[in-house]
Amino acid sequence: MVNQSRAGRLDVRKTYKLYINGEFPRSESGRSYVARDSEGEVLARVARASRKDLREAVRAARTAEEKWAAKSGYNRGQILYRIAEMMEDRGAVFAEQLGDGGLTPARARAEVSAAVDRMVWYAGWADKFSQIYGNLNPVAGPFFNISAPEPTGVVGIIAPETPALLGLVSRLAPVIVTGNTAVVVSSESQPLPAITFSEVLESSDVPPGVINILTGFPAELAPWLADHMDVNAVDLAGAVPEVGLRVRQGAVHNVKRLVGTDGYTDLQSPYLIAAFTETKTVWHPKGL
Amino acid sequence: MALAVAPDRAALLPERITNASLAGFLRSVPSTDEVGVEERVASLSTRSIKKDSKSEALRLAVRMMDLTTLEGKDTPGKVAQMSAKAVRPDPTDPSVPSVAAVCVYPAMVPYALEAVAGSSVKVASVATYFPSGQLDTKLKVTETSRVVEMGAHEIDMVIDRGAFLSGEYFRVFDEIRRVREVCGDQAHLKVILETGELGSYDQVRRASMLAMAAGADFIKTSTGKVQPAATLPVTLVMLEAIRDFYLATGVQVGMKPAGGIRTSKDAIRYLVVLNETLGSAWMTPDWFRFGASTLLNDVLMQIRWLKTGRYQSADYFTKD
Repeated sequence: MVNQSRAGRLDVRKTYKLYINGEFPRSESGRSYVARDSEGEVLARVARASRKDLREAVRAARTAEEKWAAKSGYNRGQILYRIAEMMEDRGAVFAEQLGDGGLTPARARAEVSAAVDRMVWYAGWADKFSQIYGNLNPVAGPFFNISAPEPTGVVGIIAPETPALLGLVSRLAPVIVTGNTAVVVSSESQPLPAITFSEVLESSDVPPGVINILTGFPAELAPWLADHMDVNAVDLAGAVPEVGLRVRQGAVHNVKRLVGTDGYTDLQSPYLIAAFTETKTVWHPKGL
Repeated sequence: MALAVAPDRAALLPERITNASLAGFLRSVPSTDEVGVEERVASLSTRSIKKDSKSEALRLAVRMMDLTTLEGKDTPGKVAQMSAKAVRPDPTDPSVPSVAAVCVYPAMVPYALEAVAGSSVKVASVATYFPSGQLDTKLKVTETSRVVEMGAHEIDMVIDRGAFLSGEYFRVFDEIRRVREVCGDQAHLKVILETGELGSYDQVRRASMLAMAAGADFIKTSTGKVQPAATLPVTLVMLEAIRDFYLATGVQVGMKPAGGIRTSKDAIRYLVVLNETLGSAWMTPDWFRFGASTLLNDVLMQIRWLKTGRYQSADYFTKD
């Protein structure tokens, strides 16, 4: 039977899909799960990512990493700012989806504004963090000794369950601003804001593969992320204790950097930028 | 002009070998159903290979590999490094076998021989003015005999595609035959058709028959310097030519796809097509080779993934 709305049109219903390498595929496994609002009503069926989707996302992130890191900080800042612009544009959709998650309209709007502002705040750091975290070190000898921060590489992010949008933005922005690429496992209970966010990314000049967003079950995906030798760091901000433990165990094989173990879900701090960088130190002879 | 061809291979050939009679022989080669070939490989490519078979297939792919470096910037050091990897592809996993051979430019043969000494790895050298083959026959033969003298176990020669395409079949035939002669008992001869330049499957099939009749031990798709290099459909066409030749003469000829095979998945697809076309008699390094350089790391990563259950990173495998 065909559903017809009162206006006599056919419903055009949206398929909520994954975001991998700048594209919107369904899960290769063909699976989906039901996303519900705070009252238990069905909102949508969303893709349930499998380990193979995660593998493809990591592959895309690894491929994108070199060029993204090679862009000037200024350019990355422009792109982050562009994300904020497009989020602002889709503000009403975000607010509605957060409302479905249980927020009052006023609180939902406030969260959207906070998320946009946070993206703008991190955009500003793009061409400044290396001045702050880099240094000309004093050494006893005829050398310049320079330390500079460099991106860690491919970062896996287990996004907080709530706040569904602000949590995602707060954990993602400090990762990508320095040139890392990201594979995000979105909030399991409220995946829709993350999917709308991926549509924002699609129209924000973010190169394919820099940010990949998987909807699904963190408990299923996190072990594969933790064990993946091509993932250099994992943000655990959204991981429940059992998942966190499993990620820590998996991370030993290639000594992944683990961040977000303190449980903050909407932190705004330059130290979070520093957490996903490695320090390169160069010695250069002086007076030659 | 009377030409000596190995008697068993002569069964297909006209009694008197001239350009005209060779052209007649090649006209008798059946033409290829392009759509059929592509559909056949497409259906074989989707075949699902289960874990145990995959593990076996990957190890077989390693044993069949001709690890190749053919660059103007090759140095003795680079060749020594690659040869060490050929002997022991994964230093952390002794269960991974050595590759079949290393494939290098003539000047690098002595260094490769030194580096693989005492192992099962063979040294293959390209020859006959690789990759274009645009040189006169005499110098090509001289080059080959020099490489054979240096001790190369296998010779990868190129055919003169210009001559083949302009109908000078006798010249192509004669060149292969003479090169085969100087290879003697010491060296295996692989004949590169450079299928990317031949234009059609029919031409590939004719060139395959010509090369096999003239004495090729292996026929090989490409130099790796021309796009497209090896593809599955072209490989199937050549495998079918090998089957036809075997049925007509009883002589078994090997196959080497080369260039553009970069992933384990690709390699396994080639093995499926091989097994379905020629059967298990060809499923050994004696009769099938992969010409590749980046493929090895991908296969090693897959082997380790199967062993550990963890997805692998190129960061933990040597670059070659």
